[in-house]
Amino acid sequence: MSPRLLLAGFIGLLLIAPLAVSEFHVTLLNYIGLYALVALGLVLLTGVGGLTSFGQAAFVGLGAYTTAYLSTAESLPGWLAPLGGSPWIGLVVGLVVTALVAFVLGLLTLRLSGHYLPLGTIAWGISLYFLFGNLEFLGGHTGMSGIPVLSLFGLELRDGRKFYYVIWAVVLGAVWLTQNLLDSREGRAIRALKGGVVMAEAMGVDTARSKVVIFLIAALFACISGWLYAHLQRFVNPTPFGLGIGIEYLFMAVVGGAAHVWGALIGAGVITILKQWLQDWLPALLGASGNFEVIVFGVMMIFVLQRARDGIWPILTRFMPQREAKRRVPDGEALPKKQLPESGQALLEVRNVVKRFGGLVANNNMSLTVRAGEVMALIGPNGAGKSTMFNCVSGVDSASEGEVLFRGTAVTGLNSRQIAKLGMSRTFQHVRLLPTMTVLENVAIGGHLRGSKGVLPALLHLDRAEEARLLAEAARQVERVGLKDSMFEPAGSLALGQQRTMEIARALCADPCLLLLDEPAAGLRYLEKQSLAELLRKLRGEGMGILLVEHDMDFVMGLADRVVVMEFGEKIAEGLPDEVQRNPAVLEAYLGGVD
Amino acid sequence: MDLQIALLLGQDGITNGAIYALLSLALVLVFAVTRVIFIPQGEFVAFGALTLASFQVGKTPGTLWLLIGAGLLVALIDMTIALRSGTARKIPRIVGWNLVYPAAAAAAVFLLKPSEFPLLAQIVLSLALVVPLGPMLYRLAFQPLAEASVLVLLIVSVAVHLALVGLGLLFFGAEGSRTPAFSNASFDWGVVTITGQTLWVVGASLLLIVVLAVFFERTIYGKALRATAMNRTGARLMGISTLMAGKLSFLLAALIGAFSGVLIAPITTVYYDTGFLIGLKGFVGAIVGGLASYPIAAAGALLVGLLESFSSFWASAFKEVIVFTLIIPVLVWRSLTTHHVEEDE
Repeated sequence: MSPRLLLAGFIGLLLIAPLAVSEFHVTLLNYIGLYALVALGLVLLTGVGGLTSFGQAAFVGLGAYTTAYLSTAESLPGWLAPLGGSPWIGLVVGLVVTALVAFVLGLLTLRLSGHYLPLGTIAWGISLYFLFGNLEFLGGHTGMSGIPVLSLFGLELRDGRKFYYVIWAVVLGAVWLTQNLLDSREGRAIRALKGGVVMAEAMGVDTARSKVVIFLIAALFACISGWLYAHLQRFVNPTPFGLGIGIEYLFMAVVGGAAHVWGALIGAGVITILKQWLQDWLPALLGASGNFEVIVFGVMMIFVLQRARDGIWPILTRFMPQREAKRRVPDGEALPKKQLPESGQALLEVRNVVKRFGGLVANNNMSLTVRAGEVMALIGPNGAGKSTMFNCVSGVDSASEGEVLFRGTAVTGLNSRQIAKLGMSRTFQHVRLLPTMTVLENVAIGGHLRGSKGVLPALLHLDRAEEARLLAEAARQVERVGLKDSMFEPAGSLALGQQRTMEIARALCADPCLLLLDEPAAGLRYLEKQSLAELLRKLRGEGMGILLVEHDMDFVMGLADRVVVMEFGEKIAEGLPDEVQRNPAVLEAYLGGVD
Repeated sequence: MDLQIALLLGQDGITNGAIYALLSLALVLVFAVTRVIFIPQGEFVAFGALTLASFQVGKTPGTLWLLIGAGLLVALIDMTIALRSGTARKIPRIVGWNLVYPAAAAAAVFLLKPSEFPLLAQIVLSLALVVPLGPMLYRLAFQPLAEASVLVLLIVSVAVHLALVGLGLLFFGAEGSRTPAFSNASFDWGVVTITGQTLWVVGASLLLIVVLAVFFERTIYGKALRATAMNRTGARLMGISTLMAGKLSFLLAALIGAFSGVLIAPITTVYYDTGFLIGLKGFVGAIVGGLASYPIAAAGALLVGLLESFSSFWASAFKEVIVFTLIIPVLVWRSLTTHHVEEDE
C-alpha cells in the first residue's frame, strides 16, 4: 500500500464519518479539526521553525471575536457599519486584524532570542485574554451570543454534520498549503531557522523575514479556526482563548510530532479525545468537579518529552509503508549565470582591518587583495586569526576598524546577506548544515538568491518551474564536487570531509565570483584532495577568485597563486608560494626559532 | 489621587513587590543552576498558603498525599536504579528521604492536632510538607532531561505547572482561603497607616534575602551552586555534583515559594490557581534582571508590584493587561542587550 493510497483512505474515512457516527462524535471530530488547524500552525512555527509559542489561543480569539462583534453588534460605529452582518466579511476583517496584530507582536517578540520568545508569548497570551474579558463592547466575561449561522452556496450550515465538511476541507487545505510551502525555496529557508541561521544568512536568506512569515501563517490558521468556532458554536466568551488552551495547543503539536504536518492532526485527535474521556471519567473517579484532565496532560507531556521527544507521528510512520524517496535527479533549464569579472581584476581588497573582541585583538592591521582568476591562500598557525578575518570579510562579523572593498564597493558594516547578494559565497570551518535535510536540499539553499518566487506562489505550488531549475542547478553542483551518489542522503549522515565538500557545492550554487573556503581539505583523503584541487583549478580557470584558509601545506603550495601568512592576528609575510616558504619569519612561526 | 491614596497604593505595591522579589530570586537561582524556567514556582506559593489554611480549619492538607505519592515514585525509581547499578548502599538514604520522612510528616499531621498549634508551628509544618516537593519534582520531571535544551525544559516546566494546578484543585477545591494576619498591629505614621502584616512581609522578605546572600557568599553549598550556575562542566570537574546542585536549587525555590505563600495568604485570598499569576509577576522581575542578576531582579519585581497597585487604581480591569504587556518591551530590551548567542539549539 502506498502512502498515497493511505491518504486516499484517510480522506475517504473523513468523508463517510459523519454519515456513520453519532451527533456527539461528529461534534468531537469538528473540534479535532478546529484544534488541528491551530496545531498545524504550531508545527510550522515551533516544530519546523523552532519558535515556541504558548499564545496561539489569543489569535483564535481574535478570529472568533472579530466575526462575533461584526455580525452581532446592534449598532456598529458609523465607520464599521458597512462591515457588519456577514460572516464572510467577518472572516476577511478577522484575517486582516489578526495579521496586523501578529505582525506587530511578531516585530516585537520575534527579535527575542531563545527562551525569551516563549516567555513573551505567555505575556501577550495573558494580555489578550484579559483584554477580551474586560472590553465592554466584546461582552466582557459573559461573552456574546446570537452569532449568525454560516451559509455556503445558499445552504445553511445549521447542524454539526454539515459544518463538519467545511471544517475538514479547511484543515486538509491547510495541510496541503503547509506541505507545499515546506517543499520550496521559501520552505528551505524556513527549515534553516532551526539551527542554521548563520549559514542561511550567509546564503542570502532573510531569516528575520522567514520568522515573520511563519508567525503570520500560524496566526492566520489560528484566526480561521476561531472564525469557524464562532459560527459553529454561535457564542463566544473569553474562556477558550486563555493561556491554558494556548498551552494545550502546543501540547497537541508536541505530542503528535511537532516536526510533522500530520503530527498536528494526530496530536489534536489524541488530546481532544483524551480530554473528553478524562472529563467524563476523572470527576466521577475523584468525586469532585473540575478540569482534572490537566493533571494527566501535564504528566503525559513530561513522559513524552522524556521518552519520545519527537512525538507520536514518527512512531506511527515506522509501521507505515515508506514513501519511495524521490531519487530522480531533477532536471530543469539552467539558471542564468552572473557575468564573472575579467581575470586579474581586484575582487576583494581588505585594508588595515582591525578586529577586537573586548581586549583581545584578533586581527591587527590586516590587508590583502584577491583578484579574479586567482587562488589566494591565507595560512598561519592555529589561533592566528584566519577565521576571524573570514568572518569580517563575509559579514558574519564586522571589523572594528579598517575597510573591506568587494568589487569596488565598501562592504564594511554590511551584513552577510547583503554581501552574499554582491556575489561572495563561503564555507565554514565548523560545518554548518541541516543534518536532516538531504544533500540536494542543503545545496539548494545556496541558490536561494537565484530564485525569486515568494511565499504565496510556494503555498499554491505555482513555483514548480523555478523550483525545478533551482534543484537542477543544485544537482549540477553536487555532481560537480563529486557527491552525486549521496545526493539524496541526509546531509548529517556524510563523513566530515564530504560535509565540507557539500558546503563548497552549496557555495557554488550561489553563482559567486568570489569563493571563501575555510579549511576545505580538512578530513579529506588523498584522492579526494586531488579532485578538490582539480575543481578549484577549474573554477580559477573560469575566472573565479578564491580565498582559501588551509593547513595542508602540500595542498596550499600546489594550488595557491599567492599566499598571505598570519600570526597572532598580524600579517607576517605575503608573496608567491616559493618565496613564502623560504621566508625566515614564516619558518619561525611554523617551526619555532633557532636559539 | 491625593498623597494619602498614593502612599496607600505605594504600601500595597511594596508589599506585593517584596513577594514578587522573593519569587524572582528563586527563579533566577533555578534558571542559573539548572536552565529550567521554573513556571511552577507559583504553585508552591499556592500550596504553601493553602496547606497553612487547611491546618487552621483542621483539615488534612492534600499536599501530604502529594508528598507521600511523590516520595513513593522517587523511591521506586531510585531504588530500581540503585539495585540495577549495584549501588545498594544508597538505599537507606533513598528510603529515609522518600519514604520515612513523608511517613513521619503524616504521623505528625494525624497524631498531633495541628489546628491547635500556635501559628508559627503551623507554618513550620506547612513548609515541612511543601518544601521537599521541590527536589522530588526535580528528580521526577527534570533530572532525566538535565541536558536537554532550554526550550524543552521550558515545555516540561509548563507541563509540571499544569499538573500541579490540577492537583491543587483536587486537593484544595475551587474555593479560596485566607489566613489570619501575623499581627493585627498598625502604626500611624503621618498621614498613612502601616499595617503589621506589611511590616512582616517586607521584613521577612528582607531577612530571607540577607540569609540567601550569606548562604551564597559564605557557605560551601552556596558557592557550589554559584559555581554550577557559572559553568556546569567546570563545576562538575571540580567534583560538584550537578545533580545535588539541581535538587538544592529546587529545594530553595520551593522554600521561597511556600514561604511567600505563607506571607501573602493573610493579605489576599489565595485560590488553587492564584500562584500562577503571582509567579509570573515574579518572572517579570526576573526577566528585568536577565535571569541572571539578583539585585536587578529584586528591583524589577518591586517595580512590578508598584505598577500593579497603581494601575489597579487607575484602570483596575486592565491591571493584568498592563502588567503583562510591560514584559514585552522589557523582553525586547533584554534580548537586544544580551550578548547574542549565535545559534539557539
